[in-house]
Amino acid sequence: MDNLLPEVQDIFRDVLDQPNLVLTRESSTYTVEDWDSFAHLNIILAIENRFKIKFALGELQDLKNVGDLLDLTQSKLAK
Amino acid sequence: MRLDTLPIETIQLKRKGLRRQLLTRSNLYEVRIAVLGGSTTNELVDLLEILLLDSGFKPVFYQSEYNRYYEDAVLEPHLVADFRPDLIYIHTTSVNIQGWPSLSTTEDDLSALVSSEIARFRRIWQSLEEHTSAQIIQNNFDTPATAILGNLDAVSPGGRTRFVNELNLQLARASAEDPRLILQDIQSIAARLGLDHWADLSRWCSYKLATTVQGSFAIARSLTSIVRAVYGKSRKCLVLDLDNTLWGGIIGDDGPDKIRIGRETPLAEAYTAFQQYCLSLRNRGILLAVCSKNDDEIARQGFAHPDSVLQLEHFAAFKANWEPKHENILAIARELNLGVDSFVFVDDNPAERAIVEAQIPGIAVPEVGDDVSKYAAIIEAARYFETVSLGKDDLQRARQYEENAQRSSAEARFANYGEYLDSLEMTAEIEPFRPVYMERIVQLTNKTNQFNLTTRRYTLAEMESALATGQIGVYGRLTDRFGDNGLVSVVLGCVEGPALHLDLWLMSCRVLKRDMELAMLDRVAELAAKAGVNTIYGYYLPTAKNAMVADHYGKLGFTPCAKDAETEATTWSLDITSYRPRNTHIKLTELSNG
Repeated sequence: MDNLLPEVQDIFRDVLDQPNLVLTRESSTYTVEDWDSFAHLNIILAIENRFKIKFALGELQDLKNVGDLLDLTQSKLAK
Repeated sequence: MRLDTLPIETIQLKRKGLRRQLLTRSNLYEVRIAVLGGSTTNELVDLLEILLLDSGFKPVFYQSEYNRYYEDAVLEPHLVADFRPDLIYIHTTSVNIQGWPSLSTTEDDLSALVSSEIARFRRIWQSLEEHTSAQIIQNNFDTPATAILGNLDAVSPGGRTRFVNELNLQLARASAEDPRLILQDIQSIAARLGLDHWADLSRWCSYKLATTVQGSFAIARSLTSIVRAVYGKSRKCLVLDLDNTLWGGIIGDDGPDKIRIGRETPLAEAYTAFQQYCLSLRNRGILLAVCSKNDDEIARQGFAHPDSVLQLEHFAAFKANWEPKHENILAIARELNLGVDSFVFVDDNPAERAIVEAQIPGIAVPEVGDDVSKYAAIIEAARYFETVSLGKDDLQRARQYEENAQRSSAEARFANYGEYLDSLEMTAEIEPFRPVYMERIVQLTNKTNQFNLTTRRYTLAEMESALATGQIGVYGRLTDRFGDNGLVSVVLGCVEGPALHLDLWLMSCRVLKRDMELAMLDRVAELAAKAGVNTIYGYYLPTAKNAMVADHYGKLGFTPCAKDAETEATTWSLDITSYRPRNTHIKLTELSNG
């Protein structure tokens, strides 16, 4: 389930320009520096581009942490 | 790093890192930009920032809070003024339009609605112009995402598409009247992208973003070229390769007759279209230069091809040799006295593009590929030659080109050449030399090579003293319905008893085949007769350039009387005792202020 983590971590590192950032499933906007709403928008766009998926309006509101983001991405890929 | 070739996804993903790298460059020029938006402008500003950094600017931004563009500009202008902006960008899109028409709107209602919407923007510009010294950039409106009336939406006074078109016309007029107001045409930017790729309702609902990332990026690129233009950093010169760039084929191998240009094949047609595009750039003031690996003489023959749109005279510099291209381009820059950072280089050969780009920092080398039908679009997309206004010189030059073009197109409609000449409604002023014209007479005498019978050169003093010694000197000015051609012809001769010897006869090639030489001869014969002359002698001294007038005197009815076996110079004579005027197409004017 967590095999997406390294790729998503790369995206976070690029967007936030933090080359040494280490993400876990528990990482959230409270623990990751500069992960604000605007960075979030860029991260979501980058994930959509990387995995060739599209998040629907409303799907992103309930994400609490990286684990939720990975699960949602995984479920899109499975379809 | 080549920011302009990176895909938007990469720029969006790595923007922060790119920004950090770009900020380490030295000599960045600070520009303070206030962005007053009707939507969330962070994405646009982020992209604009790295594009400007890449162009050598160090932008500092002020952003209004979301949708506070009117309040910031009109109600609290000190917020913007305190920031001391150099540029203010008002970014509104059709989602910010307040007084949309409804289906029951009449034509009269529509004008009132347009006026009141525009009035709101006028208050914004007025306030900003009062409180700041910034250049204001206002974008026009994008076509609305939905057109509930379909095609009729652009017609009916109640249609939103029609409304946006009306607003945009008024915005264009406002910008044309106010030098401090630059209009950014996002209606066209959106159209190039396609409306479905321009805006995304989910982004509006989620983030109040009015455009897609692609849309934001397109706006940012266009703004970057406007900023470059405002600061005089637009590109000024287009350097062109020849073989497979301006024509199809290799002229050195295939021969000048075999290059692909003209209308015969699709490929030839595409090269013709690209030449026309280059010419249109040249006509609006962009310099053209050739940089080609070729023998100079052979390269030049390509432009003698009857279907060549571009002529040698269109090029400000011409380098065809076997030296490396980057060295030739540096030589062109020195010749034209321009920085290479104002150059754009177009070559179908990727190896040449790579070396030029690597060797010349600052030159733009678009990835044009090798399909000529795509070149113009690729060059256009980069907006290298943006300008914020057309200067007096630009307009004058354009007018001159247009007049010349009109002449040729008028010519095409007349079967009978005399009819065409009459249609030009030509009038000429042909008079003995006058002091006011002496400088122009000397200038024309010393630079005319082709229509010049003797190619004798004179200084101003020599010309004036020649006159003092009783010679006959006549100048001709020619005007036609397209404009004044200026002083275009000079004839000078000395009287010895009953003979007039013509030392000079020259004419600007601008007025070839207009019968101007007949009108000149009429006047010379008239003045000569008054001076007691009965025979005029004409002389032709051949040079490398004046073959076009070898039979000038023959055509005027002179009799050949001598030919120098060695130089092939010829002497001609004309008995004028029973001379009758020849000119029938040019009307002579009297001197008004003689």
